[in-house]
Amino acid sequence: MKEIKVDIAVVGGGPAGLAAAIAAREQGADVLIIERDFELGGILHQCIHNGFGLHIFKEELTGPEFAQRYINRVNELKIPAKLDTMVISISPEKEIIAVNKIDGLLRIKAGAIILAMGCRERTRHNILVPGSRPAGIYPAGLAQRLVNIEGFMPGKRFVILGSGDIGMIMARRLTWEGAKVEAVVEIQPYPSGLIRNQVQCLKDYNIPLILEHTVIQVHGHQRVEGVTIAKVDEKWRPIPGTERFIECDTLLLSVGLIPENELSKAAGIEIDPKTKGPIVTNFLETSIPGIFACGNVLQVHDLIDNVALEGTRAGEMAATYISRKLEVAESKISCLPGTNVGYVVPQFISSRAFSDKITFFMRAKKPQRNVYVEFIMNNQQIYRKFTKFALPSEMIKVNLPPLKDFAEKISDITINIIPKGEEGQ
Amino acid sequence: MTEEIFDCCIIGAGVVGCAIARRLAQFQLKTAVIEKGPDVCCGTSKANSGIVHAGYAAQPGTLKAKFNAAGNPLFDQVCHELSVPFARIGTFVVAITDDGIKVLEKLYQRGQENKIPKLQIITDTQKIRQMEPSLTPNVTGVLYAPTGGIVSPYDLTIGLAENAYVNGVQFFFNSEVVGIDIKERYKVIQTRSKEIKTHFILNAAGVHADEISRMVGLDYFTITPRKGEYILLDKKCIELNHVLFPIPTPISKGIVVSITMEGHIFLGPNAETIEDKEDKSTTTEGLNEIIEGARKLVPDIPVNEAIVTYAGLRAVSDNNDFIIEPTKVEGFINVAGIQSPGLTASLAIAEYIVELLENLGVKLSVKPNFNPIREIPPRFATLSNEERHQLILRNPDYGHIICRCEYVTEAEIKAAIHRPLGATTLDGVKFRTRAQMGRCHGGFCTNRILEILSRELQVPIEQISKKGPKSELIVGKTKDLWRITVEGN
Repeated sequence: MKEIKVDIAVVGGGPAGLAAAIAAREQGADVLIIERDFELGGILHQCIHNGFGLHIFKEELTGPEFAQRYINRVNELKIPAKLDTMVISISPEKEIIAVNKIDGLLRIKAGAIILAMGCRERTRHNILVPGSRPAGIYPAGLAQRLVNIEGFMPGKRFVILGSGDIGMIMARRLTWEGAKVEAVVEIQPYPSGLIRNQVQCLKDYNIPLILEHTVIQVHGHQRVEGVTIAKVDEKWRPIPGTERFIECDTLLLSVGLIPENELSKAAGIEIDPKTKGPIVTNFLETSIPGIFACGNVLQVHDLIDNVALEGTRAGEMAATYISRKLEVAESKISCLPGTNVGYVVPQFISSRAFSDKITFFMRAKKPQRNVYVEFIMNNQQIYRKFTKFALPSEMIKVNLPPLKDFAEKISDITINIIPKGEEGQ
Repeated sequence: MTEEIFDCCIIGAGVVGCAIARRLAQFQLKTAVIEKGPDVCCGTSKANSGIVHAGYAAQPGTLKAKFNAAGNPLFDQVCHELSVPFARIGTFVVAITDDGIKVLEKLYQRGQENKIPKLQIITDTQKIRQMEPSLTPNVTGVLYAPTGGIVSPYDLTIGLAENAYVNGVQFFFNSEVVGIDIKERYKVIQTRSKEIKTHFILNAAGVHADEISRMVGLDYFTITPRKGEYILLDKKCIELNHVLFPIPTPISKGIVVSITMEGHIFLGPNAETIEDKEDKSTTTEGLNEIIEGARKLVPDIPVNEAIVTYAGLRAVSDNNDFIIEPTKVEGFINVAGIQSPGLTASLAIAEYIVELLENLGVKLSVKPNFNPIREIPPRFATLSNEERHQLILRNPDYGHIICRCEYVTEAEIKAAIHRPLGATTLDGVKFRTRAQMGRCHGGFCTNRILEILSRELQVPIEQISKKGPKSELIVGKTKDLWRITVEGN
């Protein structure tokens, strides 16, 4: 079996992996990208709509354009990439086994590993949508690939279950292709994707968004013939008498994304049951020292710019680790989600970072307006930040000033989202 | 119309039809299997519990009891010959009350009457929990049947069919039987596209067996579909060592928690009598019933790990037993009403059919060149890394993983298409290779498999279907819809 030694191996050549590889290489590390597809760029290639890069490049790029900027930089830096190569295992000793047609099995011994495997789509079965099992049921991302990359239409008349961003973007895309999108059906009382997509993809094309409804039955033996939808109560149970049949030949699902952590779990990396991604410190280091995580494998992002920025940070941290400058933490404190907070990343702060500014990402559980994000330590509010909206669909980013400025005795932090006027109570 | 007259035509390519076909392939007979669907194993045989029952459950004296007891011991050799994974992991009937123990005793007695070996009632709850740590703490006792096992029902059906085929049995797919003419010397089976002449007909048409029987004027039984829904959970989501049954109900063995040969956990089935023989839909009520039932056995079932839900139809006859007999119509044999434990019974039923044919005067001479062995291409997922490496050096397609959840390579998918009775549909690839069967359920690999099927079968991608005609996945190229609209105007 062929063996490769490298400072840093990056698993996944999507935006997170590319950004991480570039950052690590720029710090002088030897980097290898391992990508299972035939080209770098990941899911961005099928995201041919614009709206990427506003934060990083201050301009609106399409997915492929955004990816190309990183691919160009990878080429400039001559970062090697193994394409068409699938990682099949990662060991805690940072040994990767990968497979491709040319090398057969490859053993890659890395000083550090960056996990950037992205995420997968939740399926119809994950959410137990009942009914028959005909052809014509696709996760929205698969339909997007078929339409935008392969050039095929998966149907003519669509119902989309779930108002995730991909679902709404596909509603518009399919309409452009001459297909009829009968409705986007969302179980929650609010859309689960970005507001801008609701406006630009649904409203502008008169595609109905039916809130507080779900698909209670799929019809058709060979091909989808329609779906029955119904209104749901607050516990998401269908309300009898509200059933409605919608004729269609295709059902797309945009009902959430799951970080793809099978390799991480098999390596013994601790997973946060809330994010379904690895538990990391503020250095984006997982529970195994020297293995870092970034992008959608760590937490499902809604903006590609944040994915890339997280990748950059993971790359820098891995390079620091390699150069033995990432000091081992004497201790670490926990950062816990509190009131109306679904999850928090990072889950831990290293004692070596108490003098650093820490960037937190979190999601609200319920939508609220005019809120404070407050940080509680030793029953004291140590910091708060006002934000106009706290929406589950939009990740909240807060920079917490250095902890040592707040307290003598630093201990675990709880983060709450509290309506203005109720903070610190 | 072909002039050829078959000796035996089997209607239905489920596990029973294919088991009979493979058994008849051992003799110098011209045998054919006629199947409505596009592939073998399109009905009940692909959607059942995959349990090889020990045989204590069936009422003594019934055909179910007879063929269950006789079928179970045949699995080791047949599965070995066909390279079909099979494991006697043992089954538990779980009692959670003292009354439950009494039922276990009754089942044990029944097992003795059915001559089922090695049955044992265990009431040492500590020992039970050691054997099965995920089991409910409420357990009061179990009936342990070590000869019970698990097999993939579609692996077995496909294995039987392939082996029958390479030994000379013909298969006609997409061939729904619409009529049967009885001539003086033979019978003519009519499908929508052809007529097939045969001396004997073996009616193994599952839920449709009563309709086939009526085609020759025999209207003495009806088959009522009884639907069972299932939920399959991701691998290793709980630790499980045995098949777990609850105390049985009057109509079914109850909602099972079990493990598949690949390590997935499955829950189900419920039992609902329905009218529509094509209705394989799952329902909210059904899925909830399964979850509730499963939780009685394993309280911590992680339902959020569900990767697929499905339903199958049991073919229930009026007297609730198998109907396996020659009829008033000479040469027409019913093999009907094969519900649970039909999978276990299938191999023994095939043996019995041989006996029946012999008694009916069919001359059975052994085919000297019959090859009982079915070889399958290596499965990447089950090999060691060194074996994988060597394999890729010999065949680079083994280095291209198409299904990332189940680690299925391009080599295996190509082989599934080009094998005897190879796959022509997405489902055909799925049941032969496991590609699309994992946690993402085709989200990643569907388009890749479409492409391989299209390339290997040399048909346009628009013609590739999930499960035969009218289930194509692609409706056209992008911009086609505009073309239609504009031209239509």
